Amino acid sequence: MQTKPQAALFVTCLVDLMRPQVGFASAALIEAAGFEVVAPRWQTCCGQPNYNSGDRRAARSMAERTISVLEPYSHVVVPSGSCAGMIKVHYPSLFDEADALFGKARALADRTEELTVFLARHGYTPSVPLQATRVAYHDSCSGLRELGIHDQPRSLLRKLPGLKLLELSEPEVCCGFGGTFCVKYPDVSGRMVENKTADIAATGADTVAMGDVGCLLNIEGKLRREGRDIRACHVAELLAGTLEKSSER
Amino acid sequence: MAVEVESGAFVEKARAALGDATLQHALKHIKHGFVEARANAAARLPDFEAMRDRARDVKAHTIAHLADYLEQFEANVTGLGGQVHWARDADEARAIVLAICRNAGARTVTKSKSMVTEEIELNPYLEEHGIEPIETDLGEYIIQLRKEKPSHIIAPVIHLSKDQVADTFHEHHPKHGFHERLTVRSDMVREARSILRQRFVKADVGITGANFLVAETGSAVVVTNEGNADLTASLPDTHIVVTGIEKLVPTLDDCHLMLRLLPRSATGQDITAYISFFTGPKRTADLSGSSSFHVVLLDNGRSNMMGTEFEEMLRCIRCGACLNHCPVYANIGGHAYGSVYPGPMGAVLTPSLAGIDKAGHLPNASSFCGRCEAVCPVRIPLPRMMRHWREREFEQHLTPRGARWGLHAWAVIAASPTVYRAM
Repeated sequence: MQTKPQAALFVTCLVDLMRPQVGFASAALIEAAGFEVVAPRWQTCCGQPNYNSGDRRAARSMAERTISVLEPYSHVVVPSGSCAGMIKVHYPSLFDEADALFGKARALADRTEELTVFLARHGYTPSVPLQATRVAYHDSCSGLRELGIHDQPRSLLRKLPGLKLLELSEPEVCCGFGGTFCVKYPDVSGRMVENKTADIAATGADTVAMGDVGCLLNIEGKLRREGRDIRACHVAELLAGTLEKSSER
Repeated sequence: MAVEVESGAFVEKARAALGDATLQHALKHIKHGFVEARANAAARLPDFEAMRDRARDVKAHTIAHLADYLEQFEANVTGLGGQVHWARDADEARAIVLAICRNAGARTVTKSKSMVTEEIELNPYLEEHGIEPIETDLGEYIIQLRKEKPSHIIAPVIHLSKDQVADTFHEHHPKHGFHERLTVRSDMVREARSILRQRFVKADVGITGANFLVAETGSAVVVTNEGNADLTASLPDTHIVVTGIEKLVPTLDDCHLMLRLLPRSATGQDITAYISFFTGPKRTADLSGSSSFHVVLLDNGRSNMMGTEFEEMLRCIRCGACLNHCPVYANIGGHAYGSVYPGPMGAVLTPSLAGIDKAGHLPNASSFCGRCEAVCPVRIPLPRMMRHWREREFEQHLTPRGARWGLHAWAVIAASPTVYRAM
């Protein structure tokens, strides 16, 4: 009997701490795509908060940890454009080219894929009950511009029969999360997410799906405060058919 | 004097801007007027992305060999009978301009739009020394009347409504014999133009900026949509170009490439209404033009950026695309930044010119959405450089203590999975 190839799930700290359902949904999807899923026990945070706040030294040591934790795996899947972007685009820039870690960072970058990219590449077709009919898709900035993720999540969602995919009028505009940005500049960030939820509502969507839990927490919180009857979810939850469970929290 | 910055009150100014209904209405123009216009212009030119690559390479090459090209430019200007003046900082630049004006016996000078003269705060200095500067770009003229600073590097009055401009004209134009409060755009423009025409004719010196300097010809190139740079430069007997050392391109071909990218990136125009090449003083056979031609080249911190992680910022051609596509700028406008250079390009350039200790908020007030870099015609990695400024802040312990502590705590937790698991 042929053994399934292994794929490591890099859960990301935001999913782990704020929305673990996304982690379970991702694991189920990777498995359904024909892989054996491993969630390396000693993974923590990719280091992006420190990296983007100018704390390069801490970011480098967090990258070192992550590189070593993920070393044994030939496939690494990340349910976040932003954390996948950190690993794929920024990790190599943290090390001198002469440093042995530079090579390891480059190798990890090559082995790492964002979840929807991974699923689309493996031709994954979801066969789950439809949980949302009118779905707007929100592109996360890192996913869209650092990794060029645009068609993959859309094509996966379109494979759900009966789902109508809706486009925002300004899909390229940031929702205002920006990691520590929303903490440092809550007024500006608040206006940005207000514009975003208005754009989402204008599509007539019952659900807004996205690939990053950072955006998700930001947009979901705003939708709730505004009393809008629109669910926000990670695209993995829709594809895995686990959205109802997530909504029942 | 370095660049004056008032970015300390960014948070308060941003909050006020978000609550300013007139400003918010005015800022809506950015989406249709600039963002969509640029996208359409880029789509009309199949070669656009490849041209951006070439423009990046041309500017990078120029900056890497800047001293050589500056020498070539100076030799060409001198050969044509003009004069190049080197200004290490704003003080020197202003003193040079004043000396030229005094030499020309100037009482009034006309100016076409120039961000570098805003950077060195030339107007108040000339006024202090008894010379009246008159801004002739319509937007600059309006903010001069209102005693404001530009809020955008190519659209200085983007923050104003038409009504506010009508009020401003109504307040200031009666002394020129115009008493009616006009509200139709074209009428307002006609009135301002008739006033400015008189000022053009009477000016003793004309000061322009330069969008590009061409090393191989010694030309200063200015783009406008109003033609005011031509009148500024040609009618008075003395023309002074005030610009930064990084505006150089090696050849006319290179300049042509930049001229195809600049208006498309800025306003979405395929070409501006006027593109003027000023190449030395007027020749004997020329019917018009200034007989005295000066170029003041300002450093003011620019050369210090060379060889650092901020060198790529010197490629900037000041199109304003990064401002227009920045979700922070688009929501608060330019004044909240407290710097003549706002938005993403200002967030990188201002700390380079004024010091990170004075401009701390600017590189932090970004969600790193990356749209600025995605539209920059010369592909400047703006988010990366903002991050480098945050790194400098962190190294110099300028990051707020709470944030510093939080980041440290997080790094410790993330380094220890058992602690992390316990959360």
